[in-house]
Amino acid sequence: MQTFIRKMFYGDYGEEKNTASESSSGNASTNEWPLWEVFIRSKQGLDHKHVGSLHAADAVMALENARDVYTRRGEGVSIWIVESKNIHASSPDETAALFEPANDKIYRHPSFYDLPDELKHM
Amino acid sequence: METSLEEQFQQKIDQEIKIEPKDWMPEKYRQTLIRQISQHAHSEVVGMLPEGNWITRAPSLRRKAILLAKIQDEAGHGLYLYSAAETLGISRDEMYHQLHAGNAKYSSIFNYPTLTWADMGAIGWLVDGAAIMNQVPLCRTSFGPYARAMVRVCKEESFHQRQGFESLWVLSKGTDEQKRMCQDAINRWWWPCLMMFGPPDDESHNTIQSMQWKIKRFSNDELRQKFVDMIAEQIKILSMKLPDPDLKWNEEKKHYDYGKINWEEFWQVLKGNGPCNKERLDTRKKAWDDGAWVRDAATAYAVKKSNNQLNNSNSVYANLH
Ligand SMILES: [Fe+2]
Ligand SMILES: [Fe+2]
Repeated sequence: MQTFIRKMFYGDYGEEKNTASESSSGNASTNEWPLWEVFIRSKQGLDHKHVGSLHAADAVMALENARDVYTRRGEGVSIWIVESKNIHASSPDETAALFEPANDKIYRHPSFYDLPDELKHM
Repeated sequence: METSLEEQFQQKIDQEIKIEPKDWMPEKYRQTLIRQISQHAHSEVVGMLPEGNWITRAPSLRRKAILLAKIQDEAGHGLYLYSAAETLGISRDEMYHQLHAGNAKYSSIFNYPTLTWADMGAIGWLVDGAAIMNQVPLCRTSFGPYARAMVRVCKEESFHQRQGFESLWVLSKGTDEQKRMCQDAINRWWWPCLMMFGPPDDESHNTIQSMQWKIKRFSNDELRQKFVDMIAEQIKILSMKLPDPDLKWNEEKKHYDYGKINWEEFWQVLKGNGPCNKERLDTRKKAWDDGAWVRDAATAYAVKKSNNQLNNSNSVYANLH
């Protein structure tokens, strides 16, 4: 019998072909519907939270699809959708510099203050 | 001392810090994930086809509603996973193209036919059961979007396995013919399900890199053993038998021993020579082509509407001045 040595990263899919670099054929059509980010309020009183994304032709379709995909088991009472291109994000390369001002101001935390034990309710 | 980007990356992984899409990552890590996540997504989507085969022939309204809900979940799983892959820089269209061109792999299990209603039960119990075994550790995989998608998927999978077992359980208490049907489905699905975990560890040495990057956390054989141990116990409740004369509890190892898997069959199905490879791909492509006019119409409608809005706002603007 032939012996096979192949790479298997997960389960039984095998790993011939189809990495992004091998396949950026430009062959696929580029008229994809825009991408939308979905935010869901799981119950009254809580913030909307990012749950995922989907493609849709317009906002109405994005809302309907978000309902069908992300709230099939009563996960939400309200949905926000935002077209992904409208989201501005901080860059991970600048994380250290961006958040540095918070790190050296430990006096912003209540535990910074050493107070007498007799002091109650503070 | 300066550490290289690669070293910093590995340190994050070692500290169980998740990698997010915009973080620096080795190109090989990105490619590995794109391939794994997209193949996983394809599996969810193609996985709908063998079950879709039975929607119109479900034995009761209850079973039909359950089957529909399960298949709808699988479509959702495909979507969560495609979205996770997209964060790595591949487009949805590109992934569809890979699948439809026959370049992408999906789980071989879906290249087997669904011959009787009992197959719906066997798929839920065994196929989804094996998938859950693979998927639960992936909830802790090192790439954030993949891990989050898997948490969502795993929450939904539990009902899939339970409905399958329940369905077989009913058959196992039914007429002789129903019992035979139940046993026959188990016989046909058991070995392909064991293959779902991939080839034996000594033949898939590249999982080492995936383990180091914590994309994967258990080896194929470890997961397969866990699955065998679980099913060997559960089948007793059905009073059915697994089609393996070598299946036996090993008191020393505290695991079940099981017989030899026919890996030649596995490689044949993976290569495209399974009983339904062609049919699955053709069905998938037909669905995509038949849906083209709907996609075009929705796009045209969206363009028209946004043009109208633009015109309206222009005229409002003109009136103000
Ligand atoms: Fe699934
Ligand atoms: Fe499932």
